[in-house]
Amino acid sequence: MSKADTTDAATDSGVIQSVSGPVVTARDLNARMNDVVYVGDEGLMGEVIEIEGDLTTVQVYEETSGVGPGEPVENTGEPLSVDLGPGMLDAIYDGVQRPLDVLEGKMGSPYLDRGVDAPGIDLEEEWEFEPAVEEGDVVEPGDIVGVVEETVTIDHKVMVPPDYEGGEVVAAEAGSFDVTETVVELDNGEAVSMHQEWPVREARPAEDKKTPRTPLVSGQRILDGLFPIAKGGTAAIPGPFGSGKTVTQHQLAKYADADIIVYVGCGERGNEMTEVIEDFPELEDPANGNPLMARTSLIANTSNMPVAARESCIYTGITIAEYYRDMGYDVALMADSTSRWAEAMREISSRLEEMPGEEGYPAYLAARLAQFYERAGYFENINGTEGSVSAIGAVSPPGGDFSEPVTQNTLRIVKTFWALDADLAERRHFPSINWNESYSLYKDQLDPWFEEEVADDWAERRQWAVDVLDEETELQEIVQLVGKDALPDDQQLTLEVARYLREAYLQQNAFHPVDTYCPPEKTYLMLTTIQTFNDEAFDALDAGVPVEEIIDIESAPRINRIGVQEDYEEYVEDLKAEISEELRSLY
Amino acid sequence: MKEYQTITEISGPLVYAEVDEAIGYDEIVEIETAQGETLRGQVLESSEDVVAIQVFEGTSGIDRDASVRFLGETMKMPVTEDLLGRVLDGSGRPIDDGPEIVPEERQDIVGAAINPYSREYPEEFIETGVSAIDGMNTLVRGQKLPIFSSSGQPHSELAMQIARQASVPEEEEGDDEDGSEFAVIFGAMGITQEEANEFMQDFERTGALERSVVFMNLADDPAVERTVTPRMVLTTAEYLAFEKDYHVLVILTDMTNYCEALREIGAAREEVPGRRGYPGYMYTDLAQLYERAGRIKGRDGSVTQIPILTMPGDDDTHPIPDLTGYITEGQIYVDPDLNSQGLQPPINVLPSLSRLMDDGIGEGLTRADHADVKDQMFAAYAEGEDLRDLVNIVGREALSELDNQYLDFADAFESEFIDQGFETNRDIEETLEIGWDLLSMLPKDALNRIDEEFIEEHYREDDAEREVVEAAD
Ligand SMILES: Nc1ncnc2c1ncn2[C@@H]1O[C@H](COP(=O)(O)OP(=O)(O)OP(=O)(O)O)[C@@H](O)[C@H]1O
Ligand SMILES: [Mg+2]
Repeated sequence: MSKADTTDAATDSGVIQSVSGPVVTARDLNARMNDVVYVGDEGLMGEVIEIEGDLTTVQVYEETSGVGPGEPVENTGEPLSVDLGPGMLDAIYDGVQRPLDVLEGKMGSPYLDRGVDAPGIDLEEEWEFEPAVEEGDVVEPGDIVGVVEETVTIDHKVMVPPDYEGGEVVAAEAGSFDVTETVVELDNGEAVSMHQEWPVREARPAEDKKTPRTPLVSGQRILDGLFPIAKGGTAAIPGPFGSGKTVTQHQLAKYADADIIVYVGCGERGNEMTEVIEDFPELEDPANGNPLMARTSLIANTSNMPVAARESCIYTGITIAEYYRDMGYDVALMADSTSRWAEAMREISSRLEEMPGEEGYPAYLAARLAQFYERAGYFENINGTEGSVSAIGAVSPPGGDFSEPVTQNTLRIVKTFWALDADLAERRHFPSINWNESYSLYKDQLDPWFEEEVADDWAERRQWAVDVLDEETELQEIVQLVGKDALPDDQQLTLEVARYLREAYLQQNAFHPVDTYCPPEKTYLMLTTIQTFNDEAFDALDAGVPVEEIIDIESAPRINRIGVQEDYEEYVEDLKAEISEELRSLY
Repeated sequence: MKEYQTITEISGPLVYAEVDEAIGYDEIVEIETAQGETLRGQVLESSEDVVAIQVFEGTSGIDRDASVRFLGETMKMPVTEDLLGRVLDGSGRPIDDGPEIVPEERQDIVGAAINPYSREYPEEFIETGVSAIDGMNTLVRGQKLPIFSSSGQPHSELAMQIARQASVPEEEEGDDEDGSEFAVIFGAMGITQEEANEFMQDFERTGALERSVVFMNLADDPAVERTVTPRMVLTTAEYLAFEKDYHVLVILTDMTNYCEALREIGAAREEVPGRRGYPGYMYTDLAQLYERAGRIKGRDGSVTQIPILTMPGDDDTHPIPDLTGYITEGQIYVDPDLNSQGLQPPINVLPSLSRLMDDGIGEGLTRADHADVKDQMFAAYAEGEDLRDLVNIVGREALSELDNQYLDFADAFESEFIDQGFETNRDIEETLEIGWDLLSMLPKDALNRIDEEFIEEHYREDDAEREVVEAAD
């Protein structure tokens, strides 16, 4: 968001009447809802959130201590917008798209000072523009008119802004330009530059929303294998503190096969963002070996940063995501945590003395959540390309109790539910996604893809695993009462198979250099190995081999080491052969 | 500076006064009572003609005639290296009869947020000498790792043990490479005189006071003052860490009392309460304290926080531990059951967690096998714990040999690994060796979380090897 861009729209100024934390009211201010204003002598950025009679209420995106009545408030006459253009990748922003690295330089301090502003993209940096149109071509809103290489991984498509009329190209030239310069001129006088602005609270237009049919492959076994999310899908990860929400989000940001990642750290820890900033430039994109940062845009409004900017960071993130979607990319957005966003809404709402709804949240909580997830999807863009925004939100329910409003309202919208479980986390079963509670409503529409790309019995195998795990859950209840040894042999064997499913297949160590990423082929082979053990073991049991002997075979525990094998294909093949051989030798 | 005698309302810790000039939000206020007593407060809400003031010392003694002065600035903490060795009250005024403190700077106690881009990721192992922490939930420099306890538990002993023993291995041969020194800042909020004495005596006994700054707000001190004490503490910590290169360990006790004070103010302002009556902004408020831990690029010092909180009803879903857990980088649980069994320290490692552990351990930091050993011990102890319930029903005979081994492991884990005593200081090497002694009670096959190479190197093939280590103890 850049102060410099203030146009000659209805600007006006007023006077502060009262200050209470992030909420300031002003008198005599001529403003519309959601206009951006600058508050006080220091010019702190804020947004109009209520107008009542002569009083205008503003939420301020910076700390307000020391600000007092009588100080001025200036209206920019423009809604809260983001700067869109090359330079958003490999960048780190606060909740209102101020680049944190630039702020560090401008403030000359590691602390976030007030009243300092900077545009979301560097207005002076020059980019090598390659036109995709020539004189005489007719272009419409949204059309791609050229390309710049934004990072080693991503070609940034320069588009006609959606609110232009379009027309015939009268000039388009290759060359080195900054983002404010005109690169393509139209006959109606419209000038296209590499820079657009878009109000964050408004979805960018698209032609059509389609049914997603391609998975967002995550490299995480339990997700791809049991609860897949689609490109353009929505998912929620609720869980109590320390159960693995952030690690899961980081894993997705690292390994999901999206073109672009927008990672929104919303009201969470500073160090978690630092970790991303330090790790991502060094980590390799599994698709092409480039630095991960080259496809990533970070938004960091940590818990100690101003609460109003926490409210807006989600919108800043999704608007950036939509912009890359418009270029025809598959974008995945992670928001950690949507609960902090909801709490920011609650805090502002209570300062406005609005009528509280459930647990103090404003009555519009459900609507805001729905609007946010609605902006995800698999789209046909207005320029004819197809692109997607997948939205994955962490939810942090108080006391880990999923019956609270944010979790419940989220579950009514999202189609993938990865329920984290404190018990599993406590026993260091990671990722601690509870396989009984979680679900994916995309499973059926994604199966054809997995069957085509990985193995034609993908769905069948998954069903087998689900059945075994279900049976285990039932058997465990009996075991709790009478002990394992009291069960019949075949059930004891089922428990053993289920144990391999849990320990080898469902668990995955995010911190192991190899296990951290598991391609779907490996996920599949691991499952087939466990099934080989299952089938051979039951044959042995039928042939009269005592269950203890079956369980005790030497080769089976090596199933637990498939995850850490780099050359897994050979390993799995040998292991299957050994398991069969060893079990068959028992009878 | 203008004086007002315009108080219109007094309600709990709040005073409302009419003004005819602009008063800044958060500004400091002095109120002089008819008896000549001066109380301090802070502007909570400012509008053109009336301000709400939160009075730190409480409002008793204030009447309509009291005079109100606005100091025109927000709350500051006078900081200097000379604070080391000093004892201050909860508002930062010396109470130890020492010389007057000449500040080098006066810093705003609210403290601006650290730019996430300017942080440095914490990954330097702090050896606390406590196996349950070093081995299983490692602390690193710049981390915030609270102790979740409940009343009557020995959390203070544990905190003192950490403060006494904490070192970074390389420091042992004299100073740290970068020459940074270690300092402790102790912030007491609403604890009893007796508890406070325990800390003070320990500090004096071990000579730690010289490298400490103590802030004392005791149980009978004004409750509202508790909302500024941790900010005073952290402002001092940041100064020593980021301007004077100290590695600062901050101990805040008891955060529960701090949160009660927040609730009191919220209630007096008739705010819409959040869960269980605590303010809806308590998450943000706590985050503004806890997030002041960390490291900063280009600065040598660090701020590590160990906040202590007593969970009401020993319930970790209570808003205070719950919101804390959502902000801090893990937590250490002090467990009443383990305490009644006599374990010292009575740490329950299973729900405990250090999120920064993974980057702080391993080859070159602690030891290459550390992560695997930790994972395996967690799994084995959890397994043994589960079986304890079952064994009560079906008896040991009904369990398999392996299950019996897990049960034995869990017992030994508590008695050998956890129960080391509050005075024993174990280095990481010793902690891990004890770990291997215990893991060797299980068959090799069961160690599925440990790299084969490490099993080869460390697994005790026979009891003799174990005893060698035990004898060396
Ligand atoms: N897949 C995984 N592999 C290994 N360890 C994991 C995994 N997932 C989680 N963990 C462990 O669990 C810890 C907590 O996870 P994480 O920080 O993601 O929790 P969270 O749900 O985001 O908590 P909070 O709500 O407090 O932010 C991590 O620090 C890590 O030690
Ligand atoms: Mg998290």
